[in-house]
Amino acid sequence: MTAPQVTEPLIEVEHLTMRFGGLVAIDDVSFTARSHSITAVIGPNGAGKTTVFNCITGFYKPTIGRLTLRGAGGEFLLERMRGHEIGQKARVARTFQNIRLFPGMTVLENLMVAQHNKLMRASGWSLLGLLGAASFQRAEAAAVELARLWLERIGLVADADRPAGELPYGAQRRLEIARAMCTEPVLLCLDEPAAGLNPRESAELNQLLVSIRDRDGIGVLLIEHDMSVVMNISDHIVVLDYGRKIAEGDPLAVRSDPAVIRAYLGTDEEAIDG
Amino acid sequence: MGPRLALMLKDAGLTAFVAAALGIFIVGFRTVDLGGGKGLGFDYHLVDLAVAVVVIFIGRLGLSMAANGLRWPAIVLGVAMIVAGASPMKLPSGFLHWFVALGGVLLVIRAIWPWANDAIGAVSRTPSGVALGKAGSKWFGWLLLAAAVLMPFSPFADQKTMDLGVLILTYVMLGWGLNIVVGLAGLLDLGYVAFYAVGAYAYALLSTQYGLGFWTVLPLAGMMAALFGIMLGFPVLRLRGDYLAIVTLGFGEIIRLVLLNWFDLTNGPAGIGSIPGPTLFGAVFAETPPPGKQTVSEMLGIAFNGNHRLIFLYYIILGLALITNLFTQRMRRLPVGRAWEALREDETACQALGINPTNTKLTAFAIGAMFAGFAGSFFAAKQRFISPESFVFIESAIILAIVVLGGMGSQIGVVLAAVLLIGLPEWFRDLGNYRMLAFGLAMVLIMVFKPRGLVSHREPSIRLHPAGSGGGG
Repeated sequence: MTAPQVTEPLIEVEHLTMRFGGLVAIDDVSFTARSHSITAVIGPNGAGKTTVFNCITGFYKPTIGRLTLRGAGGEFLLERMRGHEIGQKARVARTFQNIRLFPGMTVLENLMVAQHNKLMRASGWSLLGLLGAASFQRAEAAAVELARLWLERIGLVADADRPAGELPYGAQRRLEIARAMCTEPVLLCLDEPAAGLNPRESAELNQLLVSIRDRDGIGVLLIEHDMSVVMNISDHIVVLDYGRKIAEGDPLAVRSDPAVIRAYLGTDEEAIDG
Repeated sequence: MGPRLALMLKDAGLTAFVAAALGIFIVGFRTVDLGGGKGLGFDYHLVDLAVAVVVIFIGRLGLSMAANGLRWPAIVLGVAMIVAGASPMKLPSGFLHWFVALGGVLLVIRAIWPWANDAIGAVSRTPSGVALGKAGSKWFGWLLLAAAVLMPFSPFADQKTMDLGVLILTYVMLGWGLNIVVGLAGLLDLGYVAFYAVGAYAYALLSTQYGLGFWTVLPLAGMMAALFGIMLGFPVLRLRGDYLAIVTLGFGEIIRLVLLNWFDLTNGPAGIGSIPGPTLFGAVFAETPPPGKQTVSEMLGIAFNGNHRLIFLYYIILGLALITNLFTQRMRRLPVGRAWEALREDETACQALGINPTNTKLTAFAIGAMFAGFAGSFFAAKQRFISPESFVFIESAIILAIVVLGGMGSQIGVVLAAVLLIGLPEWFRDLGNYRMLAFGLAMVLIMVFKPRGLVSHREPSIRLHPAGSGGGG
C-alpha cells in the first residue's frame, strides 16, 4: 500500500510541548508528516493525540515548539497564526471526534460554507454578489460543481438538499471529510474518523482516505483507535503514550515494537524482570 | 358515565373554590377612603367575584369534558359562555364580558382541537392538499404584499387603521433587521433599540440643527447606526450566548442614559421637538406652506387632506421594510449569509474551515444596526418629537419577541408575529390594562403550540436538485 508519488515533508512538528497548568499533556514530541501519504497518530486514551491536533489546527497555542508547514503557498509557522488563518492561509483542514456539521443547513450548503473564503473574494466581499455580477455566478457554479464532485465520491448526491443533521451517522462522518476537502487543503487532519462506524463503513472509509491520498495527493494526518483502519492504510505511524512519543515507523515496525505493545497491553511482572 | 361526571363536577367545584378563596381578597372587596375624616370603608364587588367563580366552574368542567372525549357537551358550554359574554346582559364590568367570551372561545377551540388537527392532517396528506400547501406558502407572501400596497385605498383605511399600519410596518422592519443578527447569525442582541435611537437622534439633530432633509439624512443615519454597531461589536463579539446578551443589554441602557443626561446635545428628558417630516420632491405635507416651501397639495393641485401625510408615511415605511427584506433575502444566498447561518450552527467548525468569526459576526451586527438606524430616522420624522422614553428596554424585548415568535430566520414569520404582537394589543385597547394579559396569553399559546415559532420551515439558500423534483425532501 505505498503511494506511487514522490513524497515531501509537509508538516514538521518540533519539540511540541503543551502544558495546562501543572499537567503536561504533550511532552517534547517531534515528528514529520509527508505529502502524498497517510500519517497516523495512535496511542491509548489520554495519550495527548487530540491535543497534538488542536495545536496543529490552532485551537490551542503550544507552550513550546515549532510547527512548520511547507505547502503550495509557501512556509507557515502554524503556532504563530490565529485560529481561522490556519485554515484560510496555511490550508490545514480538520474534522472532529464528535461530528461538527452545520446540522440545520443542507448537505450542499455545508460544502458551500467550506468554500467561503474563495467565494467571498469572488463576490467582491458581497458587493458584486449583491449586484448579481456574472463573475460571481460563474464562481458559485464552479463551487457547486466541486461540491457535486465530492458528493459523488462520498455517495450522497441524492441527499444534497436534505438537512445535514438528518443523515445517518456514517454519512455524516463522510460528509464532514468531504466538507474539509472542499476547503482544498494541503493537509487533512482527521480526528477518529472511524469512531462509531460498522466494519463495512470502516472499509468504505479506508477506500475514501486512500483515494484522497492517491488522487488528491495531499497529506493526511489521522488519529484512530480502529487498528483495521490504521494498519491497512497508514504509511507512517507515530505512537504517543502519556504525552511522549514512544515509537515511530511503518505499520510493520510499529506493530512489533516492544514499547508499543507495553503501552497497549501493559507490563506484566515477568516482562519487567526479564 | 355517572361516576366520571361526579369526578369532573368535584374537580370543577374544587377549582371554583380555590378561585373564590384567592379572589375574595383580590377581587371581592377593596378599601376606599370614605372622605371627611370618616376613615376607611369597604367597597364590595361580590357580584363580580360570583360571576367569575361560576365561569371558572363551567370552564373547568368544560375542559375536563373535552379532555375525556365529551366534546359536544364541552362545545355547548363554550358556546353558552360566548353568548353570555357577547349578550347585552348587564355584567358588572366590561372586563367580565371579555373574560366570559374569551373563556368560551378557548373552550370551544380546546374541544374541537383534536378534530381540527385530524382534519388538517388528513387534508394536507392528500395530493391536492400537498399542492395547495405548496402554492399557499409560495403565494402567501405575495398576497400579503398586495394587501399591504392596496391597504390605503381600502374602505376601512381610516386614520386609526393607517396609524396602526405604520406602527406594525415599523416593527416588521425592525424585526427583519434584528432577524439578520438573531435569526441568521445567532447573536442574541438585547440592546437593538440602541441603534434605533441612534438613527432617530441622528435625524432629529441633523434636521433641527443643520436643516438637512429626511432623504439626505436617511443614509447618514443608517451609516451612523452601523458605525455604532461596529464600535460595540468589535470588543464584545468574541463573547458567546448569554454573555453577549448581557453586554448588548448594557449597551442599550448606556445609550439611553447618555441621551437622557447629555443635556447640551439631546435636550435630555424633554426630548427634541418640531422635527420636520419627510418631503415629497421638496414639497411638505402641511395645510399652509412654510416660507419658501411648497405644499404637496399645491404641487399636485389637489385639495388638502390630513390623511395624505399618513399615506405618504405608510408608503415610505413599506418601501424601507421591503428594501430590508430584499437585502436580507439576497444576503442569505451569498457566501456571507451562509457563513452567518453556519456561525449560528457551530462556531468551532467555522473556525476550522478558515472562516473569520469576528469579521463575519461584525458584518451581521453592522447591517442589522444599519436597518435599525433607517427605521429610527423614519420614526423621528413620523413622530416629529422624540425623547429617551421611546427607546427603553421593553422595545428591544418586543422586537426580539417578534423575531423569536415568528420563527428564527423566517421573514414571513416576522410579519405574522408583528401583526399579532403589535396589532393585537392595539385592537384589544378596550381591555385597558388587561391587554398586556392578552399579549402574554398570545405568547404562551404560540410557545405551547408552535415552540419553534410560527414559521419554522427553512428554505435552503441553494439547491442541487430543483425544488419538488423529489431529490430528498
